[in-house]
Order: sequence, then C-alpha cells, then structure tokens
Amino acid sequence: MNFRRIFKTIFQSQLGPIFALAFILMLFAVADQQWSSGNYLSPRNFRVMMNSAALIAVPALGMTMIIIAAGIDLSAGTALTLCGTVLATQFKYAAVASGEPGFVWVAVQAVCLTLLTGCLCGLINGGLISLTKVVPFIVTLGTMTIFLGVGQIISKESTVYADEKNIPGWLSDFCYTGSNSERYLNFGVFPNIPNSVLLTLILALGVVLLLRYTVFGRNVFAIGSSESTARLCGVNVPFTIIAVYTLAGVFVALGGLMYYANVKNGNPSDGMGKELEIIAAVVLGGGSLSGGRGSILGTLVGALIITAIRSGCAQLSILNTYTHIIIGGIIIVAVIVDQLRHGSPEWFFRLLPAKSTEG
Amino acid sequence: MRGQSLLEVNEICKAFGPTKALRGVGLRVRSGEVLALIGENGAGKSTLLKILSGAHWADSGQMSIGDRPFRPSGPSDTRQSGVAMIYQELNLAPELSVEDNLLLGCRGSGGGLLIRKRQRPQVLEALKTVGLGELSPTAIVGEQSIATQQMLEIARALVAEARIILFDEPTSSLPQKDVARLFTIINELKDREIGMVYISHFLEEVREVADRYVVLRDGENVGEGKMKDADDDTIVSLMVGRDVKNLFPTVPHSPGEPWVKVQELTGAPYPKKINIELRRGEIFGIAGLVGAGRTELIRTVFGLDHASNGIVVVDGKPIAPAIGERIKAGFGFISEDRKNEGLAQNLSIIDNLTLSRLTDYTIMGVLSLKRRKQAAEKLLERVQVKYNASDQAVSELSGGNQQKIAIARILHQQSDILLMDEPTKGIDVGTKSEVYRMLGELAATGKTIVFVSSYLPELLAVCDRIGVMARGELRDVRKTADWTEEEVMKVAIG
Repeated sequence: MNFRRIFKTIFQSQLGPIFALAFILMLFAVADQQWSSGNYLSPRNFRVMMNSAALIAVPALGMTMIIIAAGIDLSAGTALTLCGTVLATQFKYAAVASGEPGFVWVAVQAVCLTLLTGCLCGLINGGLISLTKVVPFIVTLGTMTIFLGVGQIISKESTVYADEKNIPGWLSDFCYTGSNSERYLNFGVFPNIPNSVLLTLILALGVVLLLRYTVFGRNVFAIGSSESTARLCGVNVPFTIIAVYTLAGVFVALGGLMYYANVKNGNPSDGMGKELEIIAAVVLGGGSLSGGRGSILGTLVGALIITAIRSGCAQLSILNTYTHIIIGGIIIVAVIVDQLRHGSPEWFFRLLPAKSTEG
Repeated sequence: MRGQSLLEVNEICKAFGPTKALRGVGLRVRSGEVLALIGENGAGKSTLLKILSGAHWADSGQMSIGDRPFRPSGPSDTRQSGVAMIYQELNLAPELSVEDNLLLGCRGSGGGLLIRKRQRPQVLEALKTVGLGELSPTAIVGEQSIATQQMLEIARALVAEARIILFDEPTSSLPQKDVARLFTIINELKDREIGMVYISHFLEEVREVADRYVVLRDGENVGEGKMKDADDDTIVSLMVGRDVKNLFPTVPHSPGEPWVKVQELTGAPYPKKINIELRRGEIFGIAGLVGAGRTELIRTVFGLDHASNGIVVVDGKPIAPAIGERIKAGFGFISEDRKNEGLAQNLSIIDNLTLSRLTDYTIMGVLSLKRRKQAAEKLLERVQVKYNASDQAVSELSGGNQQKIAIARILHQQSDILLMDEPTKGIDVGTKSEVYRMLGELAATGKTIVFVSSYLPELLAVCDRIGVMARGELRDVRKTADWTEEEVMKVAIG
C-alpha cells in the first residue's frame, strides 16, 4: 500500500471537480441538518439548484469552447441579457395574445430573432478577434459595454415586462421547479426534471460529440494548444475562431431565453457580472485560460458547484456578502488545485506520508 | 586553486512514474576545467541539469559543493550556491536593459533597493570579460543579436559570481563565427578557475572546448575520461551502446524528372527572386549562414510567409499561395521551432500526427477515433518512436522522438514535397542517423526533399544537390560532388 501513490492517482484523475462537488454537497447537507431546516437536499431545492445551474451552464458550454481555443468572452453576460431583452420586447409588443390564432408565428419569430441576436454578437466578437488580431480580452471588453448600450436602447433604459398572457406556455414553464408534474415536458418519465435542465443536458451532449468526434472540434483544441502549429497543419484558423465565437453566441442566446423564462422580464444591465460566473464555471471544471484544455462535464459540474454553494449559503441564512467571499475563495482554491494536478510540483506530494507500509 | 573539486554529484536516482530517468549518476566538476556531458536525447542529461538547478528533486543520492551538501530548492537557491545555468533557449527579458537583465535576481545593493550606480562597475567588468566592452549597459536586450544575448547570459552568471557554470547546448542557435567567440570566452573563464559543464550534441565542438567527458546512456554513467585520449568513434559507440559504423547512412536513390518549379519567388525582405527546379526522388540541400533567408524561402514556398512576387508550380500547375492549397498540392513543412510551432506540445501524439489530415477518418463528418488511433500507431512504429501511450502529450517525449513525430506527420498527410527546416537540430547522433536513412528511403520512393541545415557535413553527406544562399538570394546550385565545405562557406559569406 502506497498512500502517496494512491492519493496522487486520484488527485490527478479527471474526477477532481466531481469529488469537490460531492464534498460541498455533503458539507452543506450536514450543516443544514444541524443548524437549519434540513431542506438542502430536498427534491424541491434540488430542482431549484439544477435550474440555477442550467442558467449558468448553457452559456458556459460556449465559453468552454472559446476557452479551449485560448480565447475569452467578457461580453457573454451583457450579450445574454441583450438577447433576453430582445425576446421580452417581442412579446411585449406582440399583436396577438397567447392561445389566439397566429401566436405561434409570433413565438417562432421572437425565438428566431433572439437566436439571431446571439449569433450576431458572437460573429462580431469572432470577426474582430480574427481580423484585427487584437487579443480576445480587449475585444470582448469593448463589446461587453457595446452590447449593454444596445440593450438599453432597445429597452428604453428600463426593464421590459410583457403581459403574462403574451408569453407562450412552454416558455413560462421552461424554468418551472414546482411540484405540478404536468408543467414538465417529460410528463413524469423522469421524476420532475426542470425543462431547462433537460435542454442543458441535450446541448452538453451535442458539444461533447462536436469537440470529440469532428474535425472542427479537434481544430479547436489545436488552435488553443498552439495556434502556429494549427496554421502549419493547414487548419483555417480565422474561420475556426469565428465559428467558435458565433456558436458560443447561440448558446448565449439560449441562455438569454432561459434567463427570460426564469425572471419573466428583460433588463439589459442584469447581465453585468454574469460573464464572470460563466467563466468561473469553466475554470472550476478544469478549463485552462491558456488554452488547449477544458471539459464539458467539468463545466457542468463547475456550474453545479457555484449554485450548490449559493443555495447552501442561502439555506444557512449566510449573508450575501459572505457568499460572494466564499465563492471567490473557492474559485481561487480550485485553480490552485488544478495547477497542482497538472504541474504536480514535488514539494506538494512530499508533504504526504511516503508509505503506510512497505511493499 | 585550479583542479580543486568544486561540485560533486554521487549516485543520483530519479524516476518519473515507471520511467527511471537517472539510475545512479555521478560526476565531478573541478575548477578551471570544462567537463563535457555527452549522451543521446533521453539519456538523462536534461534531468540531471534540472536536478542541479532545483527544478526537480532527486529521489536519492548526494550532491555537494566544496564540502557543503548541495540540495537546491529552486533557481535562486542554485544561484546563491554559485551555480549558474546557460540554457539552450535564452532566458533574458527582451524589453529590459542589459544592466537590468544582468542584475535580475541579484540581491539589491541597499536594503532591497536596486542601486544601479553601485553595481555598475561589476556590470561593466562582466561585459568586458565576455567581449562586450563596447555595449552600453542601458541598451535594450531585445535589440541585440542572438549571439550577443548568449554572451549576456554568461555575463549574468559572472555578475552573480558563479563558480560553476552549466551550458546546455549553448551553440544550437549560434552562427559559426560566434561559436568561436564563445569558446574564447570559455577559455578565459577557465583561467578564472570557474568550473564548467558543457552539454552538446556536436562532438567536434565538445572536442574543442572540453578537458574531460562523461557519457550518459539510459540514465547511467557508461564512460568517462580525458577528451584527448578518446576518439570520436569510441565516444559515439559509448553513447549509442553499439558500434556506429556509419553516421551518414545513404540509401541509393536516383533523381527523376523535374516537377516542382519555384519561379522568381520574392518576399519581404527575403527571399529575393528565387528560381529552383526540384526533381522527383531528389534531396535538395540549402546551405547558408543564419539569417541568409533559408527559413524564409521554404516558409514562403509553403505559403506560411507572404510572397510579394513569384509562383510555385507543381506538375505544370501554379498553386495558390494558401497553406491549405499547398498541402493539397503535396507540400509538407517541418518547422525549425519544434517547441512553439512544429508541434502542439500539450496535445496528444495522435492529435499531432493526424491534425493535418483528419478527413481520412471521418464518415459524414464524424471522426472514427479507433481507426485514427490504429493508423497513428502504425506510423509511430514505422518511424520508431519510443512512447508509453499514443494519447500521451508530446511534451513528455524527448526531443529526438518529437522530431520523429513532426516527420511522421508530413508522411501522414502524404506529402510528396517535404520542406524540412533544420530537421536534425537538437537531436542526438543516433536519431540523426535514423533521420538521414529515412530521408534516403523517402527519396527512393520518389519524394522530393528540401533540406535546410546549418550543419554542413550532413548536407554534403545526404544531399544530391546543394544550393547556397546569402542575403536572401540563391547564389549557387551545384551537384554535391562539386562542392567542398570551404567552397560552400566562401559562397555563403560572399
């Protein structure tokens, strides 16, 4: 039995984030039992957590691809609420109410326009990055405020509310986490999983397959690992980068759609700071900001870690201010641990007892 | 005192997982002498260096400086023990001044403050010793030539008052005339009773500069002695572990009809109006000094650099200057910068091998990972790469094995015109001779090879024709038999 080796193996495996999530869930569950209502792991709270995680996870899927390609998108937050605002405006000024003939057309138009907005945001980011060669951080820092401004023009600098009757039923129920199983799309096949979570899982599977089993996916990894090598191998680097950002824009738009379904209004400035949450999910899941590395499963778990902490703190009535500090601390610790896993500096393993017994 | 033992290393062992990199290595550096550390890539030289510099810790064994034990915890610790490293890649901050670079990592002169004036004499003294007395301490390092930067590294070691200097392939990026300058400086350092360890693949170089040698093979000492008592064959067979009869194996091949034409190819600033005709089954060498535009020429031919004028014609058809088109037309390129450009270091072996031709493994856009892996492993066997698993990152492989993967990639993309920029740079003698044999075999199957090299003996031994470049122009092309080393140099400096 070699304790150091066993620890090293577990430590360096890909399952790190999952262990972290399990540990956090356990910690809060115990604390909740001791000092609070004991509702932390109740089915209802579980649904709420999964729904909140889905809201982060969907745009984070696109962000994972961007980060694997050694990019970053700081505009994801404001682009997301811009999309939500576009959707809200469509329903607010809809000529026909839900259920009336012709409303299907209104809904289709609204959703398409939302997706198109996201697409365009991504296309602008990707285009600027590939054509001007300005680093993604700066480009998206600029577009971040541009998208905010555009959103405020559309919303006339206020929050856009649409009449409840103008919102299609499926969208109203998209982020539903209550106990009425008829409002779930899967009709009780799975025990009441929110529709947002189902969509997230389907999209995640799609991205996993895209990254692993297509030439495009391998090119994304190659560009992130070494852009000049990719170029030398004949990879069309500008096209791939534009495609990655545009695709990420679609995920941001879907994120905006879910955001709208969740809060039922569109406020462009709501998105400020959301991008950091999205990036944090990717990083917690093992994505490397220097590119070439990142996993979709990790990102999903990363989103869950953030919501598990937030929900846990809420259950324990920990003040919001402390929640911020805890989440920030966890992100830093996670990245340090991740670096240790990949660099494996010897001093770290030396801290452990070498062998429990010989042999 | 000259000849006194400075650094002693005994029975060092180091394992990475199941691989034993060092198995009881020992050496001794005396003051005022140069010890050559010789061995193939993967023999354990780099690991030993990393242990000496504190980047890795030995699993067991002792090191001592003078009579004190030496167990460095990191680079600054190493420096303070009087040991300095000169690496293959330069480690200078290009935006900083000469002076700031030399003083980097030194303890401040006044309570943590850096008082440049007080350390000025030391800086000037060090610059003078390395023959850069003319250079202003406030000049920006990034604007100096590579050779000057290399000397600055040595000056930095002097400022840090190093007693032991370890050189890791210091000449790999130096032009010939600067190599001579480096050796003069090394001889001066000998007089200052500094002990040196010199790692290089070039035997003739080692012979010129070193007093004693130690040969490592598979992490063990396999021989040592005085340099002047050993001939090349003895050392090479110690390194390789078998008798190497022929460093330059040739495979009979005969060039066919010309089929690739480069016409009036011009880029900014180099190359200038290049015209070449390449034949099937031919190895075409390009010689010249560093900076003569050889790299620029083949990069422009491949489409990596922009051509302002001129065309590339294959089989009578002009090929558009985009990399994708050139690859389709049969061109393959091996970069001299293996680490940054040649290979994506943290991607797997399979990914690196197959990246340029993935479409072979797709059905309706879906990759078959299994078929890709099988094909990759077959190729790895063909070029004889030593590896643990085909999905390990290429950064874990030795330089020679990485180079084989770079070559295997252009074989995988089924290139017929292989453009190779310094394909034997930084790889060991054994692998070099494998590469030469591979080139011959490829030429025998009708492939065209363009072989850029700064190492004349290999060009003269392997190529069918050699062109010599100077200042961006192709000055002269002759059959190899019509060239001598002196004539090549005469054209190259002209």
